[in-house]
Amino acid sequence: MNDGSLEIRDVTVQFGGLTALDGVSLAARPRQITGIIGPNGAGKTTLLNTACGFVKPQSGMVSFDGQVLTGLRTHRLAALGIARTLQGVGLFPGLTVAENVMIGATPSAKAGVWSALFGLPRSDRDERRLREQAMAALERLGVADQANELPGTLSYGLRKRVALARALAARPRLVLLDEPASGLPENELPELGDLIRDMAAEAGVVVIEHRMDLVMSVCDTIFVLDFGKLIAHGSPAEVQADPAVTAAYLGADGEPGPPAEGEPGPTAEGEPGPAAGGPANLAPDAPADGQADA
Amino acid sequence: MTLARHLGAALVIAVIVVLLSIQLSAYRDYQLAEVAAYLVAVAGLTVLIGLSGQISIGNGAFMAVGGYASALLLTHLGWNLVLILLASVVVAAAAGAIFGVAAARLRGPYLAGATLMLAVALPTVADQFQHQLGGDQGLSVAITPPGFLGGSFPPTRWQAWVTCAAALITLILLANLNRSRVGRSWRAVRDDEIAASLSGLNVARLKVLAFIISAACAGLGGALLAVVTGIVAPGAYTLTLSIALLTAAVLGGLGTLPGALWGSLVLVLVPTYLTNVGSSHGLSSAASSSVPIAAYGVILIVVMLVFPSGIQGGLRRLFGSATPMPPVLSRRRIPFTALRRPAPGRENQEEGPS
Repeated sequence: MNDGSLEIRDVTVQFGGLTALDGVSLAARPRQITGIIGPNGAGKTTLLNTACGFVKPQSGMVSFDGQVLTGLRTHRLAALGIARTLQGVGLFPGLTVAENVMIGATPSAKAGVWSALFGLPRSDRDERRLREQAMAALERLGVADQANELPGTLSYGLRKRVALARALAARPRLVLLDEPASGLPENELPELGDLIRDMAAEAGVVVIEHRMDLVMSVCDTIFVLDFGKLIAHGSPAEVQADPAVTAAYLGADGEPGPPAEGEPGPTAEGEPGPAAGGPANLAPDAPADGQADA
Repeated sequence: MTLARHLGAALVIAVIVVLLSIQLSAYRDYQLAEVAAYLVAVAGLTVLIGLSGQISIGNGAFMAVGGYASALLLTHLGWNLVLILLASVVVAAAAGAIFGVAAARLRGPYLAGATLMLAVALPTVADQFQHQLGGDQGLSVAITPPGFLGGSFPPTRWQAWVTCAAALITLILLANLNRSRVGRSWRAVRDDEIAASLSGLNVARLKVLAFIISAACAGLGGALLAVVTGIVAPGAYTLTLSIALLTAAVLGGLGTLPGALWGSLVLVLVPTYLTNVGSSHGLSSAASSSVPIAAYGVILIVVMLVFPSGIQGGLRRLFGSATPMPPVLSRRRIPFTALRRPAPGRENQEEGPS
């Protein structure tokens, strides 16, 4: 489709004898927030890596805006309008905040190596424009004051904002967010949710996330993976009501996941979330080392 | 604007160098020329290591390429000096491109090993082509000052002018690159290749580019050194030279152009000074000639202990410059750890074999 959609069709990925993704199909529409959830090891990151060309699928196809992505080299994605954030932060520690974001804006640079070598005015103009673009992205995310600091001096939450600013600096048409909330304290999640909704005003957004409260509150559509298979998809409310999802998160043998720690109930589009017992409340919350044995 | 600022600084330095060279004795002029020749090579190496994060222990080999290229062009074609220097840059850059493409998939210690091989192997090529390259005796490079300076113009002063001019131009170009998006992209690649490629940087191309530029600088340095010493011979381009370049870059402060100057000064001045001190204190010539080697080791250890980011880093710390030093040669992630959640379980196995 040529409308800025991400299309994943029948993707199967095997690592040795292990099937990481088994015939997964999904579509992420422009200006929509698409969530991909699932227990640890369900294949969420593999799916994102396949979409980025890090992993070559054994079969199936990934395309964006009509352009096939499978087999494309990673650095070509940015020019196609696709930005991806990494788990954790992934900033360049030796570059200032502004320089980090300028790197994100680089695909729009016009001056080549020769004009850089001879310091031609063309190269200077380019630099000014990149810096302006970077400052605009930093301002949008509220970290413009830290532009000249090194990332290592910032708090984790601010660093995550800089990483988002870097992803947005090139004005992407599709943003792939890999666990944007990991490591953030509870009280910063609503703000992150606002930022993600803000991004969706001009780009398609795909979010992989463990924090169910965030996923349920921001996503328009949710796809649920388990053992590399798509087991459910739909609106947040539909997914929460799906018994297959509950089973996946609880484990087929009924082994309970870690208890929810007083999370606010999910509020999908203003509906009161189900009381204790809904899948969202039972979902593993600990992002990095969740022990849910899928 | 960038160019104007760098040109202005270079003009001031050029005037100082000319005035200085007139004051100095012939021997000091010779040393000045030597420092400038090494400075070109060390500056290229410090950009390669400090900015793009690739290690080369083989840049002495690219100096040999430049040196031999200039000697051959001079004896067979009799080109003028500027053309010869430019041609040796092109030849060394081409050699760097071939090696850089071949080594593009190597990183860290593996790249260092491959370049080490280059440094060991290339000087022996001269033995294989006794007739063309002169074997152990090498080739002579006789450049005389141009006629308009007058017959009595000291040749060493002329050499100092030529090498310093070449070094200044090199430093201007490298400073331009450093301040442009190319320099920034190199530093991004050095810090995190995965994040750099996701930001749209062609990591492989940037790494090869850094290699080409460092080889071009080494080639020019080699050609200048040939002009200064009047000879190219395999004995001048041994592994020791490659390691000396690396030492100078590290001592001066990796990734900084002023650091390349400090490193080159140490490289040229310390050995002769210490040899003189040694022999004037009654050491035998064999003993006094090994004093500099010991001194290198001591200086390297002391500088690394006191100023881990080199002399330039130490100066910045002493004089409280606001610009932070890059955390060179820390980190270096293996691909995929950046993408992988550190959780035990299936997610790891999923990505393990890839």
